Amino acid sequence: MKRALLTLSAASFALPAFADAGGIDSTVFLAAIFALACFVGYYVVWSVTPALHTPLMAVTNAISSVIIVGALVAAATVGLSSDNWVSKTLGTVAVILASVNIFGGFLVTQRMLAMYKKKGD
Amino acid sequence: MDSFQTTWAPLLYLVAGILFILALRGLSSPATSRAGNRNGMIGMAIAVATTLALVWNQLDLETWGLILGGVAIGGTIGAIIARKIPMTDMPQLVAAFHSLVGLAAVLVAAAALYSPISFGIAGLEGIKAASLIELGLGSAIGALTFTGSLIAFAKLNGNMSGAPIMLPARHLLNILIGVGIVALLVVLIQTHGQAQWAFWGLTVLALILGITLIIPIGGADMPVVVSMLNSYSGWAAAALGFTLGNFALIITGALVGSSGAILSYIMCKGMNRSFISVILGGFGGDDAAAGAAGADADRPFKRGSAEDAAFIMKNASKVIIVPGYGMAVAQAQHALKEMADKLKEEGVEVKYAIHPVAGRMPGHMNVLLAEAQVPYDEVFELEDINSDFRNSEVAFVIGANDVTNPAAKTDTTSPIYGMPVLDVENAGTVLFIKRSMGSGYAGIQNELFFRDNTMMLLADAKKMVEDIVKNL
Repeated sequence: MKRALLTLSAASFALPAFADAGGIDSTVFLAAIFALACFVGYYVVWSVTPALHTPLMAVTNAISSVIIVGALVAAATVGLSSDNWVSKTLGTVAVILASVNIFGGFLVTQRMLAMYKKKGD
Repeated sequence: MDSFQTTWAPLLYLVAGILFILALRGLSSPATSRAGNRNGMIGMAIAVATTLALVWNQLDLETWGLILGGVAIGGTIGAIIARKIPMTDMPQLVAAFHSLVGLAAVLVAAAALYSPISFGIAGLEGIKAASLIELGLGSAIGALTFTGSLIAFAKLNGNMSGAPIMLPARHLLNILIGVGIVALLVVLIQTHGQAQWAFWGLTVLALILGITLIIPIGGADMPVVVSMLNSYSGWAAAALGFTLGNFALIITGALVGSSGAILSYIMCKGMNRSFISVILGGFGGDDAAAGAAGADADRPFKRGSAEDAAFIMKNASKVIIVPGYGMAVAQAQHALKEMADKLKEEGVEVKYAIHPVAGRMPGHMNVLLAEAQVPYDEVFELEDINSDFRNSEVAFVIGANDVTNPAAKTDTTSPIYGMPVLDVENAGTVLFIKRSMGSGYAGIQNELFFRDNTMMLLADAKKMVEDIVKNL
């Protein structure tokens, strides 16, 4: 049973080979997304009003904890080898850390944003 | 591979990434910001659900226990912190959160190294070189972010003096550590990931680098440091996004990385200092003031009481309040709002002027004023309000100093020459609330204290404002 699962997991997470992407190397493909996202980030962040720079830092903190996707994959590692147990343990600890940040980051941002009121609100 | 893995999962991660972009986009105005934050939460939920769906077949009871337990423990801690933390402690909270992202990145990178099959990065002989570079870099940047943020936290939280700590030959030391990290990364790649000691070695070196890079940077430069670490936590996430081939992680990493970099730039510009000079460290510190201030101890200045201040402001038609770090330290924002309300009852127009580097993190003053329920349309940035001081009877400076120093405009020998400052001296009267006549973090005397149209209100900011309220 465990063996079968292991084989399954091998295919489960990696980016699919880009057989249909004109044979573009997958790292290059990801680099393209990364480069474009940097430009998007540049323009979006410049449009953030300076009054909200502290919530900006809190929310970027929360979203960078999307690293939890890696932590979940690690925690879900199967197989009985000692290396897999190392992975599972590290993954679980990372899930805890990322969760602190996700909940803490979004909720503290929400708390801050709720305080910003206009005159007469 | 079924179609969920090849098509739907990547699309869902892309959706999560786009929702994160919208979360930041919402922050362009307070009115849209709350909806933006909700987008961020939805994006996160989608990313987590998609991942769970991908590993669904591997989720036995025990693994469910680990994951749900982990989320429950972490989530509870996070939620409690978010609810309890006082707004004045926001800079150290953000630093602490950065350190967690950094550490999580290290752990995920290590996990990928130990079970490459789960992460789909196993090649014909060991782990693919590209993946090793990504996870090595991810771990190194994560480790540096972790310890660097801990030091920033300790400095901001007062567990550690804000004064710069200068190690001998620190630049050489940092370069050597950097070279060591690269060398170990090469070993890791050449052994196809077999040399796990090299991974841990470079991680430990990066942990040390985080400390040696941040301890020489003074407390007042922390806005730049916190922004920079924000940026690093993003780049660490992006590096691992490549390892995992995950769109959400790559997009987020790029967003957070750019965000931190832009904030660092804005903070440096607000101080008229180059990013490099801040990073090299050694500027200022909490106690740097003492020596320089002593020389001017005997100069005459006008000292006022709460009663005087109340009288002057009550008779003004327009008052501009300039808050600084001293207001945060004294927790004076609520008393200040009360004072402003009393003045408004008297028919006085009240505005707030915020310098870009006031406080210990970008936007620090705005959050504190918002907490005290000051409407955000009464709060103005430097360039929008600077010409307004000459039309105001009173500039009320509370806990700020260097950001008002005219030496930045006139004295070419001053260390802060060229820094944009608030032109408070153009107002009819300048009221300064300070605890003592000491100079600011830059250790420079402020000429304004001795001018005829200045009145010094020497006391704790909160107590002085409360006394003024009583006299209104």
